[in-house]
Amino acid sequence: MSGTAYSALLVAVMSVVTILLRAAPFLIFKNKAPAYVIYLGQVLPPAIIGMLVIYCLKDTKLLSAPFGAPEIIAGLLVVGLHAWKRNILLSILAGTVAYMLLTQLVF
Amino acid sequence: MKTVKAAFMKSLPVMAGYIILGIGFGILAHNAGYGFLWVLSMSLFIFAGSMQYVGIGLLAGGASVLTVILTTVMVNARHLFYSISMLRYYRNAGCYKPYLIFSLTDETYSLLCDGKVPEGTEPDRFRFLVSLFNHSYWILGSVIGSLLSGILPFSTAGIEFSMTALFIASFTEQWLSAKDHIPAVTGLLGTLLCLIVFGPERFLIPAMLLITLLLTLFRNRISAGKKVDI
Repeated sequence: MSGTAYSALLVAVMSVVTILLRAAPFLIFKNKAPAYVIYLGQVLPPAIIGMLVIYCLKDTKLLSAPFGAPEIIAGLLVVGLHAWKRNILLSILAGTVAYMLLTQLVF
Repeated sequence: MKTVKAAFMKSLPVMAGYIILGIGFGILAHNAGYGFLWVLSMSLFIFAGSMQYVGIGLLAGGASVLTVILTTVMVNARHLFYSISMLRYYRNAGCYKPYLIFSLTDETYSLLCDGKVPEGTEPDRFRFLVSLFNHSYWILGSVIGSLLSGILPFSTAGIEFSMTALFIASFTEQWLSAKDHIPAVTGLLGTLLCLIVFGPERFLIPAMLLITLLLTLFRNRISAGKKVDI
C-alpha cells in the first residue's frame, strides 16, 4: 500500500472510530449507561489529557543542549497564564508564540 | 429564519476558538506534509479537534492501524459521555439525528448540554444548526490555516507547540476545576513510566492499557464514580 493510501486509511479509521464512539450510547443504551462506563467517561478525560501532554513532549531532549529549555519555559508560561486568566485561547497563543520565538531566536 | 438566527447567536462564542484552533491545525498539518485536501477531509469527516492534532502525528509517523484505533478511542472516550447525557434530547430528533450525533464535539456539547432552546424555535432544527455552524467554523479555520501556511511572511517553525500548549492548558484547567486529582496524576505518571520503559515509539498502547487498569482499580477511591445523575 502506498504512503498516501495508507494515510487515507488512517484518516478513515479515525473518522469511523470517532463516529462509533459518539453513536455507541444511542445504539447500546436505551436510557441509562452502566455505572462503570459512566465512571470511565468521567475519569478518563483528565488522565488522557495528562497522557497527551507527555505524548507531545516525548521527543524533547533533556540530556543535550538546550536541555528542553524552550519546552519548559513555554510550558510553564502556559500553566501560569492559564491559572491566572483561565482563557484557553490566550494560553495557547502565548505559549506557542513564546515557543516559536525561543526556538527560532534564542536557542 | 428565527431558528437560524438564534442558532447563529448561540454558536458565536465557539466561532473565534474554532477558527483559531483550526488555523493552528491547518498550519501544523501543512508543516508535516499534509496539504489542503488532507486538512479539509479530516475536518469534514473527523471533526474532533484534539484527535486531529494528534492524528497528524500518527499519520506522519506511519502508526499502525491498531495504534490509531486505540488512540482514537482513548482521546475521544469523553464523547461517549457527551452522547450519554444527550440521549434524551437526540433520541427522537428524526432526520437531524445522525448529524447531531456525528457533530457532538466538546464545544457543541458545552453549548447544548443544558437542553435549553430559545423560545419559538424548533428544538431539533436549532440544535442541528448550532452543530452545523460550529462545524463550518472548524472547517473554515483549518482551510485558512492550510492555505495561509504557504504564504506567511515569517517562519512557522515551532507552531507544533500549539498542540502541546492546548493540552497543557486543558490539563491546568482540569486540575483547577477537579476535586479529585487521582485521574490526572495517573495519566501523567502512568504515561511517563511507559515512555521510560517502552521508549518514544511504542509507549502509547501500554500507557492507555495501564491508565485504564489503574483507574479501574482506583474506582472505589475516586469520589467521581459515586454521584452521577444522567
